[in-house]
Amino acid sequence: MRPYTPKDDVQKKSYYTDRYWVAPQVPKSDVSEDAVFAADHAALRAHFEILEDYIQRGQMVIYIHPKDNYAVLEFLRDHCGYTQLSELSAIDWIAQRGGFEVFYQMLSMTKKKRIRVKCFIGEHEAINSVEKLFRSADWSEREMYDMFGIKVNNHPFMKRILMPDDWEGFPLRKTYPLQGDEFAAWYEVDRIFGKEARDIIGPEIRDTARVDRYDTERFAQLGHEVPKGSTFDPNQPKTPLAYQEEGGVFLIEGFDETKSKIISDRKR
Amino acid sequence: MAQHQVNYLKDGGLPVALTSIDKVVNWGRSNSIWALTYGLACCGIEMMASGASRYDFDRFGTIFRASPRQADVMIVAGTLTKKHAEFIRRLYDQMTEPKWVISMGSCANTGGMFNTYATVQGVDRVIPVDLYLPGCAPRPESLQYAVMLLQKKIRSEKAIKAQKPKRLM
Repeated sequence: MRPYTPKDDVQKKSYYTDRYWVAPQVPKSDVSEDAVFAADHAALRAHFEILEDYIQRGQMVIYIHPKDNYAVLEFLRDHCGYTQLSELSAIDWIAQRGGFEVFYQMLSMTKKKRIRVKCFIGEHEAINSVEKLFRSADWSEREMYDMFGIKVNNHPFMKRILMPDDWEGFPLRKTYPLQGDEFAAWYEVDRIFGKEARDIIGPEIRDTARVDRYDTERFAQLGHEVPKGSTFDPNQPKTPLAYQEEGGVFLIEGFDETKSKIISDRKR
Repeated sequence: MAQHQVNYLKDGGLPVALTSIDKVVNWGRSNSIWALTYGLACCGIEMMASGASRYDFDRFGTIFRASPRQADVMIVAGTLTKKHAEFIRRLYDQMTEPKWVISMGSCANTGGMFNTYATVQGVDRVIPVDLYLPGCAPRPESLQYAVMLLQKKIRSEKAIKAQKPKRLM
């Protein structure tokens, strides 16, 4: 959880002035400082190898071997009282360390404590499913597969959850471009009309700042009614705003602007 | 036999109105634009508000239908994701001619602030659009204005066209 910072002085103080500002590291403390965590840690260490452990922001973080993940979570659930798996996902470290860090966020309602179990897997390695222990892991593991491409063994329904089934690429990887690769750019066109329609429909226009005021294909002219695709002369007289065409509409009473009343009290 | 004289050709005395086929068909069409509910995101809330009692679209003959077979206009209200694009196209194809499309809000017009891999950059990449309504999100008054402009557009069309289905390509 993020620490709360008061936002009421946000206008007075500039937070992002230093270009080479380095984020301060959240201080870590030893597990022995908290009696409850120390007991859990000792119980775990009797059965499993713990690679690293510390307490950060009141939560214990432990690193385990990825092959132990099912057994560790089962142990924590059955013997330590961590009965809820509140979150499960991964962090992309492919560029730095060649793999993913998978984390399991556990909650104990009786002890009022949270534990984060982490393990590191290589880019092409799979991890065991914990869906049999926690039903909440079902969709989380599917999302992890969808977003990072981490295969999960023994999962009952290993299928993409957010992106379409025929999607290529894994969007939450750091290497995935935010505006999509070529497959993503043409996805809807390929899917609906076929690849041969690409030339007709044309590429996506991603530049939101691109405004050509004489372009009547894509832009309207304020105050003017200009047919699509025609040339626009800014000096031509403005089209008056009208809900109905000249001469009125058959069987429908026209709107007389002079007879309308503007209500000044908005709360009326 | 009435004692008073009635001038049947004046003051609406004769229950006959002379008009053209175009006008009477378009009058019917433009005053009963049944809309397909297509709320995809927050614009959908504004669209619902337009249909509810305060703004009351029923006055304009715009009644929201849940079936594309009964709808005349598709109000695309919200962000169209790439996963959903084929379904919007399918529903558009299921609508009967004549049909129109209002693209409501920035996201439906251009993709809006969602300049990402998962959003269709403008619903007109998938279905032909008659009217673009700017705003994020447009207020119900804007949507009413859009529907009124669409009525104006329908009135200016030929009622009986050569049966040429609208296609994007």
